[in-house]
Amino acid sequence: MTDPAIVVTGLRKHYGRITAVDGVDFTIDRGATCALLGANGAGKTTTVAMLLGLVTPTAGRISIFGEDLLADRYRVLPRMNFSSPYVDLPQSLTVRENLTVYARLYGIRAAGDRLRRLGADLDIDGLLDRKYRSLSAGQKTRVTLAKALLNEPELVLLDEPTASLDPDNADRVRSYLRAYQQRSGATLLMTSHNMTEIERVCTQVIIMRAGRIVDRGTPAELVTRYGLATMEEVFLDIARNGGDAMRECG
Amino acid sequence: MRAAGSLALSWLRVSAIVLRYLYLLRGSWPRIVELAYWPTVQMVLWGLVTKFFATHSDWVAQAAGVLIAAVLLWDVLFRSQLGVSVVFMEEMYARNLGHLFASPLRPRELVAALLLVSVLRTMIGVLPAALLAIPLYRYSIFDMGLPLLAYFTVLLMFGWAIGLVICAALLRYGLGVESLAWASIFALAPVSGIYYPVATLPEWLQPVAWALPSSHVFEGMRAVLIEGRFDPGLLAGGVGLTLGYLGLSAAVFLRTFNVARERGLLLQSGE
Repeated sequence: MTDPAIVVTGLRKHYGRITAVDGVDFTIDRGATCALLGANGAGKTTTVAMLLGLVTPTAGRISIFGEDLLADRYRVLPRMNFSSPYVDLPQSLTVRENLTVYARLYGIRAAGDRLRRLGADLDIDGLLDRKYRSLSAGQKTRVTLAKALLNEPELVLLDEPTASLDPDNADRVRSYLRAYQQRSGATLLMTSHNMTEIERVCTQVIIMRAGRIVDRGTPAELVTRYGLATMEEVFLDIARNGGDAMRECG
Repeated sequence: MRAAGSLALSWLRVSAIVLRYLYLLRGSWPRIVELAYWPTVQMVLWGLVTKFFATHSDWVAQAAGVLIAAVLLWDVLFRSQLGVSVVFMEEMYARNLGHLFASPLRPRELVAALLLVSVLRTMIGVLPAALLAIPLYRYSIFDMGLPLLAYFTVLLMFGWAIGLVICAALLRYGLGVESLAWASIFALAPVSGIYYPVATLPEWLQPVAWALPSSHVFEGMRAVLIEGRFDPGLLAGGVGLTLGYLGLSAAVFLRTFNVARERGLLLQSGE
């Protein structure tokens, strides 16, 4: 049995008096596609930022591929990558220039082939010589996804990976991510507000509320446990009523 | 062996950040023009002042190029400081710090790249003005010889030190303090003795001046140009102070980077 991809223990983050993450524990298996769900302010972004080493936890431990992230994140970061619609790339550079810079940052010397392949796979080859600032929101999402896959990461953190995409492009991206995962065995951790997407793509779901994990399981398990019809209803029940449906079921 | 514990740099990652800036310059000719514009305007202005004073001031007449040399060396300090802080601001404007520091890029590699870009920006800014002074005013700063190289290096490094402290302030307080990048160095101008000897300053201010490497450089420059002698004591003072300030400012920047990670500031790098 292989080590889990991520083991988080007793993770906390306080910003002064504000508690963003309040004692979170979870494990994500290698090769899983896990969704981190929760309403705005639930603590998802802070959790992901801590997993990326961008935010230092107040307490707790993060182990990625068996390495202690807090002790030495630089042993792990080359094996990871992320995309988020809320973190931009330099606007004045072309897509090709941006991806070339990031290829070097991830130690890829001959980036040309990688760029061509990703360009074709994510349908951005026609955008490579356009300035990043001239792209639509959906095009930017696909470019940051290409950046997230440049180093063929074993762990990809995806913040709303299909935000701003039309249904056709969103479906293509989901299919590509699934194909990438099957080919590489990578672990995907994503946040999304699209519950249909979560049901289709994710093998594991972690639901957060007010900085804590309130439930977890496969989408099917959660829907059954709450006695509801869809993940959307589960999400709404937890966000609005703190999971009353489950208590009534239970 | 733990790479993070050592001081090793990946030159591939450093070159990535330098390349990012070269792409930025290549795609924006106004940025290149802006780099050379102010040093050239300053040089032309002080060249004209020199021409006037050469016939009205015994002091300037002793060494006609002293004011032009002073303004060019001052621009080395100014440009090298901007070369660090403005390039860092570009990353903040681009809201790119999250991507950068989720990559294997270490903060010290970013610092190394900023310093290299600063050398490039300073050369692009000051070299055309220095060359233009030769046909315009028949003054070549390069006649100063080896001391020029030493003064250039001290001012470049002092500019880095100031630039890194400004970067730390930007990281900690956001782009709200960007005006510091432009304005802070002018606070040093009156006490650096750029155009006049440190002895001109009020007595109580002179110790402040001697605590700055720039004062040592400008005094040394006048010794070379007016008295025709190189003062190794002034250079040694400038080098020692610069190295001290540079070490201190690098420590401040790296410490502030850790504070930024504690406070989640790397993801909130906009205005």
